[in-house]
This record gives sequence, C-alpha cells and structure tokens, in this order.
Amino acid sequence: MTDTPIPNRRRFLIGAGGALVAAPALANSGASPGNPANQPPKVPEWSQFLGDGVAVRAYGKPSEHEAHVIRRDVQWLTASRESSVSFTPIHALDGSITPNGLCFERHHAGIAEVDPVDHRLMIHGLVDKPLIFTMEDLMRLPRVNVPYFCECAANSGMEWRGAQLNGAQFTHGMVHCVMYTGTPLRLLLEMAGLKPNAEWLLLEGADAAAMTRSVPMQKALDDVLIAWRMNGEMLRPENGYPVRAVIPGWEANMWVKWLRRIAVGDRPWYHREETSKYTDLMADGNARKFTFVMDAKSVITSPSPQAPINHAGGFTVLSGLAWSGRGRIAGVDVSLDGGRNWQHARLDGPVWDKALTRFYFEFDWDGRPLLLQSRATDETGYVQPTKDALRAVRGENSIYHQNGIQTWHVAPSGEVENVEVS
Amino acid sequence: MSRFRNLLPLVGLCVAAPALALDATMFDLSGIGREATAEEIAGWAIDILPDGTGAPEGRGTVAEGEDLFVMYCAVCHGDFGEGAGRWPQLAGGTGSLASHDPIKTVGSYWPYASILVDYINRSMPFGYAQSLTPDEVYAISAYILWLGDVVLDDDFELSHENVGRIEMPNAGGFFPDDRETAESHFWEAPCMSDCGAGAAQITMRAVVLDVTPEDDSPGARID
Ligand code: HEC
Repeated sequence: MTDTPIPNRRRFLIGAGGALVAAPALANSGASPGNPANQPPKVPEWSQFLGDGVAVRAYGKPSEHEAHVIRRDVQWLTASRESSVSFTPIHALDGSITPNGLCFERHHAGIAEVDPVDHRLMIHGLVDKPLIFTMEDLMRLPRVNVPYFCECAANSGMEWRGAQLNGAQFTHGMVHCVMYTGTPLRLLLEMAGLKPNAEWLLLEGADAAAMTRSVPMQKALDDVLIAWRMNGEMLRPENGYPVRAVIPGWEANMWVKWLRRIAVGDRPWYHREETSKYTDLMADGNARKFTFVMDAKSVITSPSPQAPINHAGGFTVLSGLAWSGRGRIAGVDVSLDGGRNWQHARLDGPVWDKALTRFYFEFDWDGRPLLLQSRATDETGYVQPTKDALRAVRGENSIYHQNGIQTWHVAPSGEVENVEVS
Repeated sequence: MSRFRNLLPLVGLCVAAPALALDATMFDLSGIGREATAEEIAGWAIDILPDGTGAPEGRGTVAEGEDLFVMYCAVCHGDFGEGAGRWPQLAGGTGSLASHDPIKTVGSYWPYASILVDYINRSMPFGYAQSLTPDEVYAISAYILWLGDVVLDDDFELSHENVGRIEMPNAGGFFPDDRETAESHFWEAPCMSDCGAGAAQITMRAVVLDVTPEDDSPGARID
C-alpha cells in the first residue's frame, strides 16, 4: 500500500455514470506516487519527530491510510438501516480471520445495546429442570475455542439473475470468520436434562425483532456453541454482545445474536424467519424449507472490481477465499479463461473445518484480458457448481444459497468487472 | 516404565479436544445458573406453534383490525398491505410464485396463520415491538388475513382458539431440503481442461446495470 490509497481509489471510482473506471496502471505511468519529500534520498517527517505515546490510542485502530477498508451497505436494498445488511470488505483483507470491526452485519431491528449485568439466558420446555443463567454464570462454564465461517444465506443472492454488483464486498461480503470462545450447547442441555421427546430447539434473541429460529436437536448436541467472545475479545454489539449462538456451517440467520432464550420442543416452530424468509423458492413455485447447510463456495478477492491490478503484466498474485458448511476445503481450482481450463490453487494457512480457507494462485500475466474463476471442492467431494448448473436445478427465484462460480473480467488496464460467461 | 505410564494422561491433554468432546459428565457444574421460575418463563415464552400452542388468550375481528392497522402499520405497509415505498408488502401476489416476479406475502406464501400472530406479537410495529395487546394482535392479524383473501368475511374473528386451524392457501407449498439427492451431480469430479464449447464469451456485465454504491456514499467511518 502506498501512503495515498484514497486518492488512488477515487481515480478508479470516478467515471461516467459512477461506473468503476480504472485509472492508468501506476506501474505504467513512470512517475512515483506520493510525496517526493518523504521518499529517498529525502527523510520523511515521521523519521524525525515523535509520534503519539503509549495508551494515547487506548483501543487501537487501523492507520488513517486504511480508512477506506470499512463495511459498506447498498442503500437501495432495504427501506431502513435498522433492517438491513452491511458487507465485509473481503477484497481488502488477507488470511482467513476477519477483524472484529469488519464483520458483516445483518440486523432485523438495529443493534441491541444489551447491558450484560441484566442479560439472562433461559432454557425451558421439554427439560427436567428449566434453567436461567447470568453472563457471569455462562462465563464460569468450561469453554472451547473454534474458528468458524458465518455466512448469510442471502450472500450473493442479488446475483441469481446475472451479474449485478461490481465488487467482491457486495457480491460475497456477507461472510466472516472469527475464532469463537464459548461453551458447547450440549453442556447447557445436559445441565437442564432433556426429556425423551426433545427433538427441536427454538433460539430467541433479545433484540427488538426477538429473532427466532428452530434448530434440530441433533445439530444442537453436535457442534453448536453458545459463544461470548470473537477473536479473544467480547462479542461486538453488532455481532450479538454479550452472547450469541454459533451454528457451524449453517446459514447465519440461525446464529441468533443477543441470545436470551432456548425453548426445547418436539417439533419445529415454523416462525417467520423459516417460512416467509429463508425458504428457497424453486421455479415451479414450491419452496425448499430447512435448507440449513451452506454449500461449498469460493471467490477471488483480488483481483476483483474493488481490487484491480495496479501493475502492467508480469508476476501476479491471485488470492481468494473458500469455505464449506459440510467440512474442510479439499482444494480450489482457478481458471483464467472463463472455465475452459483449470489449475490447482495453493491453500495457505490453516485449513479448518467449516472455516474460511485462503488460497493463492501465482502466475505471469501477459497483459491480455482474463476471465477469472475459482471453484472450491470440499472434503465430501462436493464441487462448487457454475451459476448455470445451479439455475438449472433451482431456477432464479431462490434468493438464498447462491454459491455459483463467480467470474471476474480483467481488462488490459487492470480494471476488473463482474461478468457472466457462456 | 512407570515414568512412561505417568506421562500418558499428559500426552492426552496436549491434544486439542474437539468442541463436542466436552460433556457435562466430565465436570460438576451444579451450582452454576439456577432454576427458572414459572413467572420468569411465562413473561418471556411468547412463541406460538403452528397448531396454536402458546397463543396468548385474546380475540379480534377484521373490522377492528382495519382501524388498528391504519393507525399502527399502514405508514410502512400501506392501507391495504401493498407496502409503502420499499417497506415490505403484506398482501397480494396470489398465483405469482412460479412467475418471473414472485410476490411472497402472508396470503400467497405463508404456510400457517400462527406465524403472523407470533411475528406481530414479537416484533411489530417496527420500532415499538411488544407494545400491542393480544386482542389488538388478533384483530390486526385477522385484517391481514382478510387482505390476503385467506378469510373472506369481514366479521371474521381470530383468536387463540382458531389461530391453529386457519387453512392457508400455500400450506402445501414447502418440501424438506433435498439438495443431497436433487443436486447429487454436484458431487461429481470436475472437468480440468478443454471444458465447455469454444472460448468463453461474456453474456452479462455488472456495469450495464450500474447499481453498485459509489465509494463516497455516506457509509460508516471507522471513528
Ligand atoms: C416503521 C415501519 C413499519 C411499521 C410502522 C410496521 N412495520 Fe411491519 N415491517 C417493517 C419492516 C422493516 C419489516 C421487515 C423486518 C425485518 O427485516 O425482519 C416488517 C415486516 C413485517 C411483517 C413480515 C413481512 C414478511 O413478508 O415477512 C409483517 C407481517 C408486519 N411487518 C406486520 C406489521 C404490522 C401488523 C404492523 C403494525 C402493528 C407493522 N408491521 C408496522 C416495517 C414496519
């Protein structure tokens, strides 16, 4: 990164009709960007004068030069920001862990500002002994640390009918991956004692939407966590402070935030979020219900429309993310020619179960146009389908679970555009 | 020999325990948390099941609901549930589900009437949740069912007694997740070279639609 990324970005973004237009690639211009007074042989100000002392920045923030790396929303999508979504800037991140302040948000009634002293988690219904926990109680319980991806079922949902949004942040940014600290829900259920006919749970949030989702008992006893920390610090209010559900590999809507109640029952509740929403309408007018698991998916985060190639050909690093709700990523293939020929990408960093996995593909770009695609395969052998293959089964009205292969067109200028190919 | 045996439990501890390896029998967790009282549960357990189990006692008619709806809901959802601006539409769309532009509303899509009572009771009106009495919730729900042609009589009264027995037109419109069978071909080994016919052609471009927010739109700032 240079010290002037914002002006550079603006040059990419100001164009006819607000479309993304690439400035001439910097490497081509010959001129060095930035302020020559700060560059060799000169000595910059920051090498001469004292900077802020310790604890001036009691809670650290990114450099001011990174101020463009933020969550963004698409305001025409929804009528109000309290019932809306913001997107993780995946095009500007690397590795596989998402910084807490950049995790996408989806609220149905704004951010609940919960006082942890007053917060309670209640477990009742088909149990031997209904229980109520304070946060202090919960945080006394044995705990585990596990990284998981969390993806909204509507991630990429705007792209069912074709290429719409020009940026990986907007097409694929309803996903994040953090290390959770919490207690297995199984422990809490064992403490309450399940009745023999306990088959389903209802999770309920303490926000003004009182969000509810039904969760089958088998999943609850398998790997669901009741979590209060993300990446070591307490959950952010946006992500459910002080406590949320973590439902590994399953759609994010079920990961109820500000979790206040778990009702144990013998059948699903069929509440609004699992009927009106989060059911997948097929072409014939019938809808799939309880489509919990997130299919394997990948996306190239760089180059991408918001992260164009800033140099003229030569050695180029392609980077992206892959994940699967069914387990680990087994491999990622990359195509430079719109899916005609594929090569194995290099998985880098940890390959965790149901977590974001980083991949790279290094190549020599000859400066000619590219049609970039990535294709994830998970440990069950599921191969991320093309968008057309997905549409052949599901039609175009599904809204949810759009995990089709994404295509980015790279122009000789390095500019990148969201396209669909034959 | 004995040293080796002593080491065994330590070796075991060094292996990361998968999350599911922990269960309550490994610890004495008694004394953490306490029993919830019937009163505490009654105050929070507002969930309603499709058959009406859990529905709060109360009743209200379509006609009563119309006035309440216009007063509390119409500013966003429109007098007839048609939706104002981009706020959600609550009525209409019958017969649209298999079309190019499906409209999913209470009447056209929802499988149970209980969902409506449960949802309004827990989260509407938007911005002032859990402020309506059960009678008001039933009356407003009755009006929305009437708007969606689920009930036709404007004397119709909805209550905790009949909410589990309302027949919804699209109740049979849902089937369980069948991806593992209907999409079993997604588990086949992929093509690696010379896939597809001829060179890939661009068939659609995002810039044609141009709906991407611009960089200087009033987004959040980090401080
Ligand atoms: C200030 C605007 C506003 C008002 C007033 C309002 N609503 Fe809503 N309503 C919303 C929004 C926003 C949503 C979607 C919330 C979400 O994202 O979960 C919604 C969702 C709904 C839904 C679910 C729609 C669907 O298809 O899933 C129903 C039913 C509903 N409202 C009923 C009511 C009733 C009844 C009232 C009056 C008591 C009311 N609303 C008042 C904004 C409003």
